[in-house]
Amino acid sequence: MSILGTRVMRTEDPRLLTLGGTYVDDLRMPELAEAARVTFVRSPIAHALITGIDVSAAQEAPGVIAVLTAADLNDLPPPPPDDGGGGNEAAPLPLGGPWAEPLLAVDRVRYVGEPVAIVITDDRYQGEDTAELVSVDYEPLPAVVGADAALAGGTLLFPAAGSNVAVTGGTPADGTTFDGCDVVLQRTIVNQRLAPVPLEGRAAAAEWADGKLTVWVSTQNAQISRFVLAGVLGLDPGAIRVVAPDVGGGFGAKVGIDRDALVVAWAAKHVGRPLSWTETRSENLVAMTHGRAQRQVIKIGGARDGRILAYRLEIVQDAGAYPRMGGFLPFLTRLMAAGPYDIPRVEAASSVVVTNTTPTFAYRGAGRPEATAAIERAVDLFAAEIGRDPAEVRRINLVPPDKFPYSSPCGPVYDTGAYAEALDKVLVGAGYQELRAEQARRRERGDVLQLGIGLASYVEITAADAEGGETARLVVDGDGTATVYTGSSAHGQGHHTTWAMLVEAELGIEMAKVTVIHGDTDLIPMGVGTYASRSLQLGGVAVHKAAVEVKEQARRVAADMLEASEADLELDTERGVWQVRGDPAASRTWAEIAGHAGDDGLAAAVNYTEGQPTFPFGTHLALVEVDTETGKAALLRHVTVDDAGTVVSPVLAEGQRHGGIAQGVAQALLEEMLYDADGNPLTSTLVDYAAITAAELPSFELLRSETPTHVNPLGAKGIGEAGTIGAAPAALNAVIDAVSHLGVSHIDMPATPARVWAAISEARGSQ
Amino acid sequence: MKVTVTVNGSQVAAEVEDRTLLVHFLREQADLTATNIGCDTSSCGACTVLLDGQSVKSCTVLAAQADEREVTTVEGLASGPDEMHPVQRAFRAEHALQCGFCTPGMVMATVSLLAENASPTEEEVRSALEGNLCRCTGYHNIVRAVLAAARDDTTATPAAGR
Amino acid sequence: MAWLIPAPFTYQRASSVDEALELAARSGEDAKYLAGGHSLLPLMKLRLALPGILVDIGRLGELRYIRDDGSHIEVGALTSHDDMARSGLLASEVPLLAHAAGQVGDPQVRHRGTIGGSLVHADPAADLPAVILALGATLVARGPSGSREIGAGAFFRGLFETSLQPGELLTAIRIPKPLAVGWSFQKFTKRAIDWAIVGVAVQGGSVALVNMGQTPLRATAVEQALASGAGPRDAAAHAAEDSSPPDDINAGRGYREHLARVLVARALEESRSRS
Repeated sequence: MSILGTRVMRTEDPRLLTLGGTYVDDLRMPELAEAARVTFVRSPIAHALITGIDVSAAQEAPGVIAVLTAADLNDLPPPPPDDGGGGNEAAPLPLGGPWAEPLLAVDRVRYVGEPVAIVITDDRYQGEDTAELVSVDYEPLPAVVGADAALAGGTLLFPAAGSNVAVTGGTPADGTTFDGCDVVLQRTIVNQRLAPVPLEGRAAAAEWADGKLTVWVSTQNAQISRFVLAGVLGLDPGAIRVVAPDVGGGFGAKVGIDRDALVVAWAAKHVGRPLSWTETRSENLVAMTHGRAQRQVIKIGGARDGRILAYRLEIVQDAGAYPRMGGFLPFLTRLMAAGPYDIPRVEAASSVVVTNTTPTFAYRGAGRPEATAAIERAVDLFAAEIGRDPAEVRRINLVPPDKFPYSSPCGPVYDTGAYAEALDKVLVGAGYQELRAEQARRRERGDVLQLGIGLASYVEITAADAEGGETARLVVDGDGTATVYTGSSAHGQGHHTTWAMLVEAELGIEMAKVTVIHGDTDLIPMGVGTYASRSLQLGGVAVHKAAVEVKEQARRVAADMLEASEADLELDTERGVWQVRGDPAASRTWAEIAGHAGDDGLAAAVNYTEGQPTFPFGTHLALVEVDTETGKAALLRHVTVDDAGTVVSPVLAEGQRHGGIAQGVAQALLEEMLYDADGNPLTSTLVDYAAITAAELPSFELLRSETPTHVNPLGAKGIGEAGTIGAAPAALNAVIDAVSHLGVSHIDMPATPARVWAAISEARGSQ
Repeated sequence: MKVTVTVNGSQVAAEVEDRTLLVHFLREQADLTATNIGCDTSSCGACTVLLDGQSVKSCTVLAAQADEREVTTVEGLASGPDEMHPVQRAFRAEHALQCGFCTPGMVMATVSLLAENASPTEEEVRSALEGNLCRCTGYHNIVRAVLAAARDDTTATPAAGR
Repeated sequence: MAWLIPAPFTYQRASSVDEALELAARSGEDAKYLAGGHSLLPLMKLRLALPGILVDIGRLGELRYIRDDGSHIEVGALTSHDDMARSGLLASEVPLLAHAAGQVGDPQVRHRGTIGGSLVHADPAADLPAVILALGATLVARGPSGSREIGAGAFFRGLFETSLQPGELLTAIRIPKPLAVGWSFQKFTKRAIDWAIVGVAVQGGSVALVNMGQTPLRATAVEQALASGAGPRDAAAHAAEDSSPPDDINAGRGYREHLARVLVARALEESRSRS
């Protein structure tokens, strides 16, 4: 029996549990023994001109090695030429030209937390003391906070750009889209700004020695980091080694190399001393990127029998102070705007604006949760308006099984799916009819604690950039062990376990003899990394294909050794030996074959690039209880189907779903990054930013469903973000459902007690 | 000032600044890096260790306050990867960790909980872990692991379902 | 920008109350007492508090006790929240305090944080100040010129401000016996770990509010209504009178006033069910 699909414990864990991981701040190698500490001086003002920086007091402080500002960055190559600032969203990289973002602020700051200077000290305590001594003169400018202020354009962040709108895209409204609909509803909703809060914040260490730069960085992609470093520092990639040690969570916010880490790398070369940097949480909450931050106008139309005929989504994406990946997120939102429904007419359009807030970027789902949140709210509004059960309206409109592959009006072609089946599994698993009956009883009695049942059906896109591919190199050594060099970059996902399972399944070399190496560009120069739920379907498939290639090499060697024809040789994957069919006595082990394989040994390198995106789907049902006197909502149950095709490691896939659900529920109920009108962050510590805890969550009820994709030989789709995508709208819909009989039709996320109470009060007041 | 702390059974003595936080003493002077720092407001629990047997957040304790006292970190629980403490075994068996950053603090909070309440309910476990953030697991498997550790039912492979 | 590390200070450890008073007197206003440190150290790390000298009283075992002295239950100022939450004596004699102490922060905070530290910090969003108001407790303080007793109502003077004189040390909390029957503690939070958005402590006919003003407040109008025979719901309608709640990211003023009325009603009903 294959090990694939079985419940395997992680190989990573004994080390993490007994010694702890080795994150950047834990590195104790000799190269970093004398490392000095970097501390950033950041803007305390959202929008201001810098009229002077006085570093003299800081330079006199104990333990100070250097205090560096933008003026010291004169040994960098010039930035890329002006691209006209045209806002090409096809390139999800920072915009150049008038929108260019300096590594350290030059003459203007555009958000609280923007780096202005660094101090380099012998130890970290001195760093915090010294940073306070750097005196920066600011001439405050009016702050642009929120979509309306940005669109009004009264104050421009980039005067040379002439506008606060950095990118636009999508289809303009067609006056006939909603023709023929019995019912048309429109509403403005908010997909609030979130902080990713990986438990390990940003961190980097760097050493410049003998003409080579080594950078240890907490990243989801060592190889992309090297590429970016080479460009920014003007170095040959061959002169750079990037190492991703253990990484304490990323959730998209550690895609590539963080800009502050670029400064650390530059400074190590500039001052000629190894450096180390670890941000504090308060820095992290304002200076790591944020996610989401869309204002959406949803418009839905359909027939009273429940058929949805038309849908339009208009997005204003808040990119924060500089258009980084935030400029690209609405593209993904538009791509998935239609959701899992077969809607004849769908339109989506977007504008990306800059504001005096932290730049936005990928965060678990990156544009797709926003699409799902929009249409799942729209479907519930439509169902309520026509007086039909929201489950029934979903079932009527879900793409039916016979329409796959299904071409969405928004562009993508959904590969495989059983959408209504997923919905029905969840309804049965949750006991939907009984829940509705209990809800009715509580409403009848006028209980203070009301039940809400929320649904979200979704389809999402994983490995959206599948054409970028992924690399794997597999080597079987003379001792019968195997080593996998993967371009993928685990930071909690368990690649080391899954990749070893893939090797054992194909070659019969037991997992304990398989070593997986990732995240070191000296060993693995080419690779892409881990994000967009791409790892298994690209990196895993690459490993699988490398194993298939090694297997064929071994077959040839074994045939030669056993003087049999290749066709007569078979691999016993249970025992890990090659044998001649019908003659078990004639067999060779992997060690023997590898030893005999000659100079090239048994080795295969694969760059798997023929992949296409895949489209996982599912349904979530959230059951909440809302205290109608206080407005507080508690999640009681969360039941889901998350179908990501064939499951290679059920344990790890469930873990991804659990974590994803929690982050989705957190968005629905608790988390929000807030600013005041002057652009001051109000949630810049973990006291104020309400990261969800164990006490706010129940155990989750995961139901199984596996609809393989034909896109790759493993049949696997991505599972990293599905939980988040489904959970947030389900939980929000549940809260609204709990108070809908009181006249509430919508509440923006997060549905905090204050917001829910306000919605109830407003509905009561208007009745 | 000179601070002497018995860490995982061994005395660690060092001359440190008066303001040195216990977590930095453990990471720098004792060179035990499993204990992580996840925030600056005593919110996240990543730095949880046992001080005289009780869980504390070592970012909110001065090294001086631990002078002449006993500290246990996650490195002190097991004698090696093959001889894990029941709580560590349970975390592994139930897949209660992903990136691993919260794990040392989460394990130590659990050890402290089980010392005070040997057979907690799920609700008691969730409440007892309210001061330890995890961003990866959704807490689902952590809670299962704590309950399994309480039963000392930690030798099985991860259970099927859910 | 907030930091992880406090600004430099000098650490001194006291081995007796007398020594603590002496060390503090020598250092004047630049000194702060350090007990568990769970109110003070977070402020120092954010560099919102910058004491030059910390006098560590954390090892004064003489201040860590819970005892019944006949007419009072006396709790030493260094008693931890966890000690109180687990105290059999408190559970039977002052269950309001035992229960509320078990709601403070999280287990790690309760292991280190002390009742004295919490009261002296005088954060109106903290749980225990309102609890000792509802209990009608007396606070015992020692200073260079001896010991004095301060009624809980006179102790809290303003935001983070008490009637303690510089150098004076809170040593004990005395709760009079017997207590009026019936008690309740209602703590309303977004997350379990959060500070109360609003809280209510009830002991008999005494009602005190968490986070409804610059200090913990007695809900005098509610108490008067109860004394004149009003039922829980009617009395609770007066809960927000004479309060001045903060307006912050968790709740506006009007919502806090509403919560106070709802929570006082629930507290009074629960208290009544226990009497």
